Amino acid sequence: MGSKEQLFKYLLRLGDNALIQGHRLSEWCSRGPILEEDIALSNLALDNIGRAQAFLQYASEVEGNGHTADDLAYRRSERQYLNFLITELPTGNFAYTITKQLFIAQYDVILFEALCKSTDTTIAGIAAKAIKEARYHASHASDWCLRLGMGTALSHDLLQNEINDIWMFTGEMFEMTELDKDLVQFGISPDLTILQNIWLDKVGSVLIKSGIQLPGQGYQQTGSQQGIHTEHLGHILSEMQYLQRAYPDATW
Amino acid sequence: MVSQIQYTKPQVLRMLVDVRDPEIPVLSIEEIGMLRDVVIDENGCEVIITPTYTACPAMAMIEKDIKQTLADQGIDVVKVTTVFAPAWSTDWMSEDTKEKLRAYGIAAPLHSTCDAAKDKSSIVECPQCFSTKTTLISQFGSTACKALYRCEKCLEPFDYFKCH
Repeated sequence: MGSKEQLFKYLLRLGDNALIQGHRLSEWCSRGPILEEDIALSNLALDNIGRAQAFLQYASEVEGNGHTADDLAYRRSERQYLNFLITELPTGNFAYTITKQLFIAQYDVILFEALCKSTDTTIAGIAAKAIKEARYHASHASDWCLRLGMGTALSHDLLQNEINDIWMFTGEMFEMTELDKDLVQFGISPDLTILQNIWLDKVGSVLIKSGIQLPGQGYQQTGSQQGIHTEHLGHILSEMQYLQRAYPDATW
Repeated sequence: MVSQIQYTKPQVLRMLVDVRDPEIPVLSIEEIGMLRDVVIDENGCEVIITPTYTACPAMAMIEKDIKQTLADQGIDVVKVTTVFAPAWSTDWMSEDTKEKLRAYGIAAPLHSTCDAAKDKSSIVECPQCFSTKTTLISQFGSTACKALYRCEKCLEPFDYFKCH
């Protein structure tokens, strides 16, 4: 068993990743390139928000000071968020969103597969549920990579550009912080260095099939696990938290 | 005041047959696999349910319906608990349930558990004209649990309940 604070912090990471990713995907609602894709992206957003709810609910129980999942989602400030930088990057064009989806959904599949075996049974239970959804997300992103990569010269170049641009935010997902090192000992979370190799294989094989070149090792931006975010997170929170900040305790 | 328990688990389960999935009203929450257990003790009656998808927006409505249905039968002390484990699966649907889905116009899940790749290569029969010449339009349909297909024979679009 890790300490209560460590488990709480880890659950915030899992919950915040899903929450911010879900919020970004929800920005596509009514703006999708075609109707079916609009529905698909909104479905992906919904799955993520459900996952955020489950993890933040558990986080609030572990914290044990009367906060609810909603308090954690709507009453914290930027520095208290532990989502990876990649999730808060702007929605951008469709190829940009698909690139983020490919990187994040493949990560989720591998992470949840590992978390199904977590010694924390609540985390294992949520992971067993979430992985079923994550597999559909990864398949959706892979399909679109193929279509964009093997489509027109324009779609290919756009995708290659976005892959090159976002690559510097992928390393952070596998950063072994002090928290990770501790939780691995207790069997709560997996060794991320092992996950990184599996992820590189999976993402690499989709990109090769799509005619896209894998970026080489380069500078990797980190910071989120110390609460240091890009300039984008503050803007997300100002929108996402507006209602609870303007009308505290508002309910349906 | 301690109330006398005057109902049994099988009775409560029978009452809950009236609680339907709001998106698929031909199926009860028991048939779809969402109703996991009923626990009756000195505190009253607890109903344990599990969502089809983590963000299933129908959960609040289903909880309300459970409480209302049991209150109508004079059972007041009701706690509805949502659990995630074991994770819900379309494998829990019986053949009868799948037939009800088809009759309602939704193609039923074809094989065991979820496999996005297998789903894509599966031949899904049109629930309207039974043609097997159908095309997947999108793996994400009108609700989280359905994919969208089109029948090439009768040209109607239809929902397919995804394997999960």
